Amino acid sequence: MVLKEMKSTLPPGSYYFSGNEAAAEGAIAAQCGYYAGYPITPSSELMHRIAARFRETGAVFMQMEDELASICSIIGASWAGARAMTATSGPGFSLMQEAISYAIMTETPIVIVDIQRVGPSTGQATRPGGGDMMQAKWGSHGDREVIAISPWSVQEMYDQTINAFNLAERYRVPVILLSDEAIAHLRERIEVRERITIFNRRKEKGAPPFGAGDDGVPPMPAFGEGEKLLVTASTHTEYGLRKTNDPLVQAKLASRLHYKIVNKREEIIEYEHYHVEDAEVVVIAYGFTARSSLFAVERLRQEGKKVGMIRLKTIWPFADRLIRNLGAKVKKVFVPEMNIGQMAGEIMKYAPCDVISFSQTNGEVIHPYTIMEQLERLL
Amino acid sequence: MATDVRQYLRLEAPPMPFCPGCGDRILLRLILTAIDELKINMDDMLFVSGIGCAAWIPSPHFNADTLHTLHGRAIAFATGAKLFNPKLKVMVISGDGDLADIGGNHLIHAARRNIDLTVICANNMVYGQTGGQVAATAAKGVLTATTTAGNYYRPFDLCKLVNAAGATYAARYSVTQPTLLISSIKKALQTEGFSFIEVISPCPTQFGRRNRLDTPKDTFKFFEDKLITKEDAEGLSPQELENRIITGEFSNGSS
Ligand SMILES: Cc1ncc(C[n+]2csc(CCOP(=O)(O)OP(=O)(O)O)c2C)c(N)n1
Ligand SMILES: [Mg+2]
Repeated sequence: MVLKEMKSTLPPGSYYFSGNEAAAEGAIAAQCGYYAGYPITPSSELMHRIAARFRETGAVFMQMEDELASICSIIGASWAGARAMTATSGPGFSLMQEAISYAIMTETPIVIVDIQRVGPSTGQATRPGGGDMMQAKWGSHGDREVIAISPWSVQEMYDQTINAFNLAERYRVPVILLSDEAIAHLRERIEVRERITIFNRRKEKGAPPFGAGDDGVPPMPAFGEGEKLLVTASTHTEYGLRKTNDPLVQAKLASRLHYKIVNKREEIIEYEHYHVEDAEVVVIAYGFTARSSLFAVERLRQEGKKVGMIRLKTIWPFADRLIRNLGAKVKKVFVPEMNIGQMAGEIMKYAPCDVISFSQTNGEVIHPYTIMEQLERLL
Repeated sequence: MATDVRQYLRLEAPPMPFCPGCGDRILLRLILTAIDELKINMDDMLFVSGIGCAAWIPSPHFNADTLHTLHGRAIAFATGAKLFNPKLKVMVISGDGDLADIGGNHLIHAARRNIDLTVICANNMVYGQTGGQVAATAAKGVLTATTTAGNYYRPFDLCKLVNAAGATYAARYSVTQPTLLISSIKKALQTEGFSFIEVISPCPTQFGRRNRLDTPKDTFKFFEDKLITKEDAEGLSPQELENRIITGEFSNGSS
């Protein structure tokens, strides 16, 4: 369709980056044209790299007065035609919630990187946490569908940032990179490929910018193209006219915004599986915790234990079918998380088997031995 | 000769939502007249508004690109659009509550950065849309839904505020001064950098009613009686100027 292959901005080869730096490079590779942000630990290095590198690429960088202004300005820039992004952490992510729902309602492609730190509130600013998983899904009023991705390595901070831009533009929806302090401050070698694939926003002169299109995702014009756009987050018709009393228009719009994502979830959702074929107990993990989990699973396999692992790369939309099928085959699933069972609760909604939630919210990553210990008790 | 502004209106839009006697309807006309006199192509314009009655002036009525945003955040949205595509001519039109209360921080920062935006703030001293609660621009003593014993606090002087923050052009006029206001809007549109006009735009329904101003005419008179030009205000004491609305241009440097 509108996929374009192009040369990556960095010369191909290996680089030694932190997660934050890799996400910044991913954004540059994806041709991010506008970035606005407000400093917050542990995400700030991402913005520092953007500020320095955008001077070379000619893209626009703005340090705004707060996170409200940051996210609103990237939405404005997106409608002016930019691939647009911001990055933050818990407190800032909370401030952005109203505008995330604005972007959902107006079908504005934006990318938000959330480097999670342990909360509630200011919590421990330099320590990792996983407490924003549900906020990413339900953080603002109204039923709302977003796409959220959980990277587990510095390589994925680069690759998944590019993917986040492509998904945002493809589905006209905010995409959240739900990372955390441990990945953002980790330094690893990554490989930058010669070529990457970019999704170019679909345009169609005169077509309704909020219509159903062929697949529920309308084409997206930009300001300044003579389309006389009407953009509003009040309930609107397919040409953007406000209809704030019409139950049919409201029901139709809310339903399309939901199903344009949910009906495409098999295309969107990515995951990995390890040793699940004959496993009796399966770990379901994501982000940094999946690294510890994989270590534990591999060790226990060497000892002949029937244990496997699923790594959720996509958090939202949720991999409900995967979990339902898996739960029908195994005795138990074990869900280690740096929050109090946020995804375990979601897994319980679908898995027809025992779901054991393991929580650690002390600001430290979960040690592989901790996971081994827990699994040994279940086997 | 009155300008026919219908050519700039989106005719498929529903009838305008403004109450009888609302100042915003006059303001709408004056903005379009200024655009007509400058012969600006509406395809080059982007109108950004927040939430409130005044935010409905451009959206959906202006036949151009319009971005109706969140309460208080219009200037932040406008900043992103303008900086990514500097060719867009961006005008923000919103209420006093929107721009000066909940959005006050974005207002002063856009003025400080001197972003090339024109901001038109319709001041009716209240939150018209939500039932007439007090705004930060309300004169001392006025009755509103939330100041039933009279407003206790002082109003913001928005022109001083944006000037202190670094705006290139700031002015205050009332919709009852159409000629002055049109030429001020034209100046603002031609200003490179941040330009700001506070427009006194009376609200008979929410403000007038509560202050025992029985008709739109009474509400207009209430505001007109407070107006005093910058020149006439010179030399008057702060006591004499309390509760007066000073009109004119208050730009940094020029005029
Ligand atoms: C975050 C948020 N808080 C509150 C509201 C409710 N609200 C809508 S308009 C408005 C005040 C509008 O006042 P003003 O900007 O002066 O506009 P007017 O209606 O007077 O023209 C408020 C409080 C909202 N929409 N969003
Ligand atoms: Mg008002």
